[in-house]
Amino acid sequence: MNVTETKLERLDGWNRPPVIAPDGEGELLEVAMGPHHPSTHGVFRMDLALDGERVVRLKPVFGYLHRNHEKIAEQASYLASMPYTDRLDYICSLTNNWAYALAVEKLAGQEVPERAQYIRVILGELTRIQNHASSIGFLLQEMGASGTPLMYAFKEREVILDLFESLTGSRMMCNYMRFGGCRVDASAPWLDATRKVVAGLPQFVDEFETLLSSNEILMARCQGVGILKPDLAVNAGVTGPMLRASGVDYDIRKVDCYGIYERFKFRVPLGDHGDVYDRYMVRILEIRESIKIVEQALNDIPAGPIMDPKAKIRGFRPKPGEAYGRIEAPKGELGFYLISDGGPNPYRYRVRPPSLINLTVLEDMCLGHNVADVVLIFGSVDIVLGEVDR
Amino acid sequence: MKTVEEIKAAIEAAVPGAGVEFVANPGPAAEHSLRLAPQSAVAVATFLRDDADLAFDFLSNVSGVDWPDKEIAEKVKVTRTVTKTVDGVEQQVEETVEETRKRVERGCLEAVYHLYSVAKKHGPLVIRMKTANRTDQVELPSLTPVWRAAEFQEREVFDLYGIAFTGHPDLRRLLMWEGFKDHPMRKDYVEPDDYEYEPTAHDHVLARAQEHKGREQGNEGTREQGPGAA
Repeated sequence: MNVTETKLERLDGWNRPPVIAPDGEGELLEVAMGPHHPSTHGVFRMDLALDGERVVRLKPVFGYLHRNHEKIAEQASYLASMPYTDRLDYICSLTNNWAYALAVEKLAGQEVPERAQYIRVILGELTRIQNHASSIGFLLQEMGASGTPLMYAFKEREVILDLFESLTGSRMMCNYMRFGGCRVDASAPWLDATRKVVAGLPQFVDEFETLLSSNEILMARCQGVGILKPDLAVNAGVTGPMLRASGVDYDIRKVDCYGIYERFKFRVPLGDHGDVYDRYMVRILEIRESIKIVEQALNDIPAGPIMDPKAKIRGFRPKPGEAYGRIEAPKGELGFYLISDGGPNPYRYRVRPPSLINLTVLEDMCLGHNVADVVLIFGSVDIVLGEVDR
Repeated sequence: MKTVEEIKAAIEAAVPGAGVEFVANPGPAAEHSLRLAPQSAVAVATFLRDDADLAFDFLSNVSGVDWPDKEIAEKVKVTRTVTKTVDGVEQQVEETVEETRKRVERGCLEAVYHLYSVAKKHGPLVIRMKTANRTDQVELPSLTPVWRAAEFQEREVFDLYGIAFTGHPDLRRLLMWEGFKDHPMRKDYVEPDDYEYEPTAHDHVLARAQEHKGREQGNEGTREQGPGAA
């Protein structure tokens, strides 16, 4: 649908969540859900007002994991912040590296050699596969499917993390990309091992889907729950699988064609209803598309250098100016806004966290649902607190 | 997409007296930006969102920037009349000296917005606003009524930089706790010596318990608390 044609319904001028009047008698029950609730993926709190089982108000409370990442990065050199970006979304450290490297390359006007571009795409898509698999596992865990589906997902994630470890030296805190390329080259045995892992992935997705997609309980719990309308999603800055589950065709890999994404053939899966089930389904389909991209990249990867020979490691001082670089991270649009004053540190370093901004609509999605569904809707947003609080 | 200059012209045609200023970006990224005047910012933002050609329906990023007061030392030549004793006679003589004068350039706080279009798939357009100073005139109009995406991000800028967004529906601190003083992302921020106090989710419950305890003690005089009390 065309988003601009649908005018937003506005109460007193802005697109705020609707106000639900309690229908029962008696007072509302106020519950602080979190910060130590196991379903909150870390330390996150929702202040709920309940009318019986029904949610009539939800206010998210942030900041439990706040360490002022931006300030620390402004006090360090450009390169010194690279390992620290791993800790933003600690499930997907490689895409964090990529977004930061992309923003700095844009700021300094650097080129990235072909081979490094291919390695970045392979790693980025593997990251997306393991993120989506584990986020679906967590979602099922929250639905009450204790343990087993999560372990299926983690089994596959483990294989991919092993690949990360053998290339970068670390399973989760990879610290791999550099401004103008990558840190170490991918060897031929590593590429072979990756080919083997990728060849086994479609089978994993099939198996996962046989167990889940037409599962009666999953459908009953997820369909029609937490609906997000496309016009609200765009207006509230929602990005990633959540936006596409609402039926909005917006994938930054297609729109910006950053890196070398215009060379690969892949489709952008879209949802119809924008409910929890669509978000689950979009993630499953995105895993399938990512497998295709990795296969193509592994076929076409050329030989060559992995670093721009003109790239400066020591005494790196970009010219004064500013740049905003963004990529399609597994959770949504991850952007870095940098201002340089010509010094060795960024004057301003800002992270645009997809997890935080996707939570803007949490209240709108949860109103009127039961408490048990809040857990589910929150799980379908797919957040990591390291990125929300920074 | 239209160039930034063309967008500026379109804004000026649509919103009379908009007072939009072009800000060049000297870096290789060359993402030039438009500085909006605070009084017309909401009207301009609404135009940018609703115009059929531009259709910037998606606000990606809101970011605060701190520009502290700058002390600039300049050398100025000054001519003045001095009384000097020349050949034993006091005379008025004109003399030119070089003097270092210090001038303080007032700093400001800036809010930067990155806009994209989902419908037309173009962007980014960078718009920015700045406050009059960093101390008492820190109000800027909120763009949350135009793009809901700004809701949490403006709260974050308010929290960490101290820009007060007028018209924001729920302007509270986002990451630091209520009652925290100062704004940590400002360049002149000094860390407190201790972080002992942090609020919990259960503060109001604890306060009620404390109150209850006080009442009980008042009623029953000398009753001891705790399991070990005899």
